Amino acid sequence: MILCAISIFAIVALIATELVTHSEISLHKFGWKFFVGSAWNPVTNKFGALPFIYGTIVSSLVALALAVPLAVGVAVFLTEMCPRALRGMLSFVTELLAAIPSVVYGLWAIFVLVPLLRNYVDPVFIKLLGWTGLFTRPDFGIGMFAAGVILAIMILPIISSLTREVMSAVPHTQREAVLALGATRWEMIRMGVLRNARIGIVGSIILGLGRALGETMAVAMVIGSSPTISKSLLAPAATMASVIANEFAEAADDTYRSALIEIGLALFLVTIVVNILARLLVWAVTRGAPARTA
Amino acid sequence: MATTAQLKSSPWNRRWRWFTNHLASVLAVGSTVLVIAPLVAIFADLVYKGASSLNWNFFTKVPAPVGELGGGMANAIVGSAVLLGIASAMGVPVGIAAGIYLAEYGRGTKLSTLVRFTADVLNGVPSIVMGIAAYALIVAPEKSFSAFAGGVALGIMMIPTVARTTEEMLLMVPHSIREAALGLGVPTWRSMLSITLKTALPGVITGCMLAFARVAGETAPLLFTAFGNGFVSTALNQPIEALPLQIYVYALSPYDEWHRLAWAGSLVLIVLIVVSVALVRYVTSRGVLKGAS
Repeated sequence: MILCAISIFAIVALIATELVTHSEISLHKFGWKFFVGSAWNPVTNKFGALPFIYGTIVSSLVALALAVPLAVGVAVFLTEMCPRALRGMLSFVTELLAAIPSVVYGLWAIFVLVPLLRNYVDPVFIKLLGWTGLFTRPDFGIGMFAAGVILAIMILPIISSLTREVMSAVPHTQREAVLALGATRWEMIRMGVLRNARIGIVGSIILGLGRALGETMAVAMVIGSSPTISKSLLAPAATMASVIANEFAEAADDTYRSALIEIGLALFLVTIVVNILARLLVWAVTRGAPARTA
Repeated sequence: MATTAQLKSSPWNRRWRWFTNHLASVLAVGSTVLVIAPLVAIFADLVYKGASSLNWNFFTKVPAPVGELGGGMANAIVGSAVLLGIASAMGVPVGIAAGIYLAEYGRGTKLSTLVRFTADVLNGVPSIVMGIAAYALIVAPEKSFSAFAGGVALGIMMIPTVARTTEEMLLMVPHSIREAALGLGVPTWRSMLSITLKTALPGVITGCMLAFARVAGETAPLLFTAFGNGFVSTALNQPIEALPLQIYVYALSPYDEWHRLAWAGSLVLIVLIVVSVALVRYVTSRGVLKGAS
C-alpha cells in the first residue's frame, strides 16, 4: 500500500526529469531568452515562446473575467437561496458540466458557439468597444475571444463547486448572528458568508485558473493557431498547450521538438505552482480554521 | 461587522436595502440560468445531431474513404477499449492501494497528508503534459507511436482520481465496524480487506468508473502517443485509434459526413460519462454504503 502511495511522488518526479532531459537542446540553445523571444520559426530554427505565453495568459484572463462572477452567483444561489429539491439536481448538472470531455466542448464550440459569436455577439462588441482596440475587425469567429468563452464555460463548474464548498464551511452561527442584527438576506450573505469565505473563494478561482492555463483540446480547436501577438481579442492566437497539440506531431526537427517540450515543461511547472497555491488556500478555509470576524 | 449607519432605518435606506437584496437574488438566479444554458445547449445539440448517425454501421464499420457516405468508428471504439484496458490495468490497482493507504494505514500521518496533496496537484497537471511525458518515456526510445504509450499516459491520469475517491469511500465506512472486527481479534489486513473494503466496494467501483469515464474522453495525451490508425488494430506496439482522437480529427475536417460521425462519437462518450457520474451520485447520496452496516 505504502509503495503505491509513494508511487505518486515517483510519477511527478518522473514527469519532471523526462521533460527536462528531452528539452535539453532547447534549454541550452536559447536559455532564458526562450521566454522573451517572439519569433517562432521552424524553418530558420528560431524559437521564442512569448506569443504562446501571452496567449495563455490573455485567454485565461478572459475566461476568469467571464466565469468568476457567474460562478460566485451560482454558489450563492445554491447554498443560500435554492430550495432543497432543486439543489441536488443543479449540483448534478454542474458536475456534469465538469465531466464533459474537452474535445466535445471543442466540437460544440466549432459548430455552435463560433457561428453564434461571429454573427450576433462580436458585432455588438465591435460597435460598443471598438474604440478600445480590443475588438477590431477582421473577425472570423475563431480567435482569442472564442477560446476565452469556451474556457469560461469549462472552468465554471470547478470554481462554483469549490466556492460552494467553502461557503458551506462557514459556521451557521455567523449567518444567524448577522440575521439577528436585522440584516436582509443579501447583507447576511455579504457580511456573514462571503467575507468569511473569501480566502477559499480566491483559492477556488486560482484552481480554475490552473485548469484554464493547461486546457488543450477545446482551445486548440477554436483559437486559430497563429503564433502572433495582436491587441484585438478577435484575432487568431495560440496558447502554450494549443501549440504543443497542433505542432508536436509535425515537429520532425530535434530543436523544434525540444522547444515544444520546453513549453510543456514550463506549463507543468506553472500549473504545479498554481495548484499548490490554490489547494493551500482552499484547505485553510475548509479544514476547520475558525471563521474570522472581520 | 455592520455599523449602525448601515442598519439604521430611514425610509430611503430601507428602500435601498430592499432593492439590493432583491437585485442580489435576481443576479444569483440569473447567473445560474446562464450557467445551465450552455449545458442544455450542448446536450440538445449532441442528441439532435448525434442520434441520427448512431446506427449499427457506426459500431461495426471502419471509416469510409473521403467522399463516400456511410462508414463508422469501429476502429476507434476497439482502440479506445484497448487503451482503456491498459490504463485501468495500471491505474486501478495502484490507485485503490494508494487510497487504502491514505484512509487506513496512513491516516493522520504527515506522509499521507503529503501524498494526498501531491495527488491533488497531479490531478491538476494538464493532460497534454502527460502526453509529452509518455512520449518522452516510451515513444522516443522505441521510435514508434504505440497503443502502450497511450495507455500508460491515461493510466497515470487515473491514479490520483482513483486514489482520492477510494479514500473518500473508505472514510464513509463507520468506525464501529472496524472496531468490531478488530475487537474479535481479526488482523488489520483481514479486517481491511473483508470488512472495510467490502463495505465500501460499491463506492470504490463507481469511483473507478468515474476515473474511467474521465480518461475515456481525454484527447491531448493520445495525440502523440496512440497517434491514430484508420484500421481496426489491437497490437500494443502499433499506433491505435481512439474515440476522442477521431472526434478531434473529424471535427476539424471539411467534410459533412465526418462531422456527422464526430457528433455521434461525442454522444457515445457523453452517455458513458453521464451514466458514471449518475452512478457515483447514487452510491454516495442514497446511503448504499450505510445499508451494509
